[in-house]
Amino acid sequence: MAAKSFPSSGADARTPAEVEWLRAQEKKELLRFVAIGSVDDGKSTLIGRLLHDAHGLYQDQLDAVRRASAKGGSTRGAGSTSEIDFSLFTDGLLAEREQGITIDVAYRYFSTDRRKFIIADTPGHVQYTRNMATGASTADVAIVLVDARLGVIAQTRRHAHIAALLGIPHVIACVNKMDLVDFDRARFDAIVGDLRALASRLGLEALHPLPVSALAGDNVVAPSARTPWWSGKTLLELLETLPVAHRDRAAPFRLPVQLVLRPGLDYRGFAGQIAAGTIARGDEIVALPSGKRTRVAGVDVGGREVDSASAPASVALRLADEIDVSRGDMLAHVDDAPRAASELEADLVWMSERALDGDRTYLLKHTTRTVRASLEVIHGTDPETLAPARAGTLSLNDIGRVRVSCRAPLFFDPYRTNRATGAFILIDSVTNDTVAAGMIADAARARPAEAPEPGAPTTGARTQVGAAERRERLGQTGVLAGVLAPSLEVARDLAFAIERELFDRGRVATVIEGASPEAAGAACARAGVIALVPTAGAAPALTVDGAVVASGDGGVEAVEATARRWATLLTDRALR
Amino acid sequence: MFGPRGLGGLYPSRVRHARRTFVIVNTDSAPARAPTPNVRDPDRRLSHLRALEAESIQIFREVVAELERPVMLYSIGKDSSVLVHLAQKAFAPAPLPFPLLHIDTTWKFRAMIEFRDRFAKDNALDLRVHTNHAALAEGASPFAWGSNKYTQVMKTHALLEALRAGGYDAAFGGARRDEERSRAKERVLSFRDRHGQWDPKNQRPELWNVFNGKIRKGESIRAFPLSNWTELDIWQYIWLEEIPIVPLYFAAPRPVVERDGALLMVDDERFPLERGETPRTEMVRFRTLGCYPLTGATRSTATTLPEIVREMIAATSSERQGRLIDQDEEASMEAKKREGYF
Repeated sequence: MAAKSFPSSGADARTPAEVEWLRAQEKKELLRFVAIGSVDDGKSTLIGRLLHDAHGLYQDQLDAVRRASAKGGSTRGAGSTSEIDFSLFTDGLLAEREQGITIDVAYRYFSTDRRKFIIADTPGHVQYTRNMATGASTADVAIVLVDARLGVIAQTRRHAHIAALLGIPHVIACVNKMDLVDFDRARFDAIVGDLRALASRLGLEALHPLPVSALAGDNVVAPSARTPWWSGKTLLELLETLPVAHRDRAAPFRLPVQLVLRPGLDYRGFAGQIAAGTIARGDEIVALPSGKRTRVAGVDVGGREVDSASAPASVALRLADEIDVSRGDMLAHVDDAPRAASELEADLVWMSERALDGDRTYLLKHTTRTVRASLEVIHGTDPETLAPARAGTLSLNDIGRVRVSCRAPLFFDPYRTNRATGAFILIDSVTNDTVAAGMIADAARARPAEAPEPGAPTTGARTQVGAAERRERLGQTGVLAGVLAPSLEVARDLAFAIERELFDRGRVATVIEGASPEAAGAACARAGVIALVPTAGAAPALTVDGAVVASGDGGVEAVEATARRWATLLTDRALR
Repeated sequence: MFGPRGLGGLYPSRVRHARRTFVIVNTDSAPARAPTPNVRDPDRRLSHLRALEAESIQIFREVVAELERPVMLYSIGKDSSVLVHLAQKAFAPAPLPFPLLHIDTTWKFRAMIEFRDRFAKDNALDLRVHTNHAALAEGASPFAWGSNKYTQVMKTHALLEALRAGGYDAAFGGARRDEERSRAKERVLSFRDRHGQWDPKNQRPELWNVFNGKIRKGESIRAFPLSNWTELDIWQYIWLEEIPIVPLYFAAPRPVVERDGALLMVDDERFPLERGETPRTEMVRFRTLGCYPLTGATRSTATTLPEIVREMIAATSSERQGRLIDQDEEASMEAKKREGYF
């Protein structure tokens, strides 16, 4: 890319051995793991130990920490004799060192001959659940710490729950402080039994228990002589050998379009990072939401054409036909497209001081697509038992299941099958804060009543009331019935007779005559429903029986406020 | 991009795949193993460098898509070279959709400025240079003002001034989380208030690669596409991709004086020699580059990239050791960043 006329000295002096070394580096994999645990679990100590023993620390960093340890820079440093306070390696902020706690996610790096590691070190306090979720969101492996003296406690369950919720494929359970229970095998086995029960309840795919002492280094990098009864791998060995998410590559192809590269008339590249699967020249793809199909004319990586590319490569695709595709659209193989829905069920981790408000809308960002959405809590989670619990809202660090109503459809896969296309964030459109992390469970139940009617508009604004809610209110689901007879007269007789019959049975039904929305609206109104008929070409106003009862400015920003005001007016009318 | 050595094969190739045989390169003394299910199909897996590259490109594209007026902070160093290279990959074959901004303190190494101008010309980059001339007129210099105040005025203030003047709502920087403790805590998209300040205790949660680029007028985003790269990754990538860098990174005989344990290069006549100090010529190189009076050299014989990488692997000190501004006080970087330093 950079001009070659400008030689970087030494680059051309590669010996075969060096080329081979470089090639070996090229085969090195990236593994992201998250360490979850609380202040007293010894999590920072474990990471510090791992960095130290795997030579992920430099001498001057060690010296700086030694100085800080000696100064008593951390309350945790006190009492640990001449030991280095390993937690000081990861607690980076002044406030953290002052208070001796981890507040925010810290990222650390080290590598071995086999892998490069990215560690997300996350705080374990209940009030920092949001940071834990942040660190866990990209992790291939979670390390959960368990204090050997305490065993599985509520906090362990909570941490494991978050690991399961965020879809981390592997969980390493480090039973720490084994030195304080004299490396007692029975104690370890008992805790492992509890952990296995917890894992199966949470649906954690793979659990790897391990007896360690972070402070003394037992089974962290080298096998410990003090656990002769343990023949499993050490922590580092596990990290080096656990498989990295391969399923992304075998998964159906997904490319959320980030932007369109259009340097001139003869190049149009749809740029994005492959969220899953593999794409090759010649593949037949579909663009969503348009549903248009075409073939891939070329796959470019960094301005250079390749035959094919797999997740997580960042690519630009050239398409055979000029179809309309823009940011926020999703490209997929024609025979394996993602689901499309605007009504979803999702798990949320609420991350804002301001609780979830069911009466307002949020911005929902899913892959590269941002839509407005409103939320309705289905249930919360009991922090002790992790069982679903009744909840009217979700507050900071709460976890719950919600129904999400989007103003435009999302193209998604359930989070459990694809983290990249199943995840979203919620943004408060007033403060711009990220207020929640969402994991899509699936589309909400289908609503036959809302299937678009023939001739009805299929794009733009749509109902925000779900089928399930209506059913709950009315005790029935909508049915669109045609009543056919040889003459209209007979058909009308029949229809009104059925209407009477249904009314007598306690059902809400109405006969609609005539093709106009007004006629349909009149019929709904007769049936006791408040019928709303959108009409274009007039200044914003609300009419009842043809008479104007209110007017508004109708600006986009004012829609919600106007809707609330007019709903009050109509409620008054309906209850008269 | 991948050079003439056929590194294009690092991306899966359906056609070539069928005919290729793989050699498992033996990196240590362990015998080469037969392919196991994990390595059966090595080309299918993106190596750590390619994974980092893909992640950085995604960040560039996301910021350009979501913000209106991005700019790239260009510091001339190796990280900046890699940053430009990745940005070129992100938008190829289109030119960079944003200008580059260099905050010139006028105390940079001469070789850096030569490199900067040539690099910008060769790559047809829209480079803008900003200097705090008012402070210079008042005699700002690292020798006269001390590194803290000098940095605040010539770097932090100058940067904020230039960002405001350009109306930029997003600025890419080459900072890496492995550089320093407070950086380890910073988000990839780091929110700044209307005064350019960072509040480390109140950062937006950042999940997956779904970034929140929403800001109000006057606020801005600092974006760090190299967040997850380490110094070693940078060097390996420079080597792999043949990215041009300033010659000061390679060892050469240079005039230096030793002061407070640091080797300082006497780069021009403004260097005030103390009584009894005489520059002597030593074989040195730099691990980071900044203002020459604040940047310590290391004794080295590494004159090629492979030698630098070898030296890196054996290194026992971090690159920031050569930076005098970080050692002023405990957590000095955090304090500077709160004020708006990159």
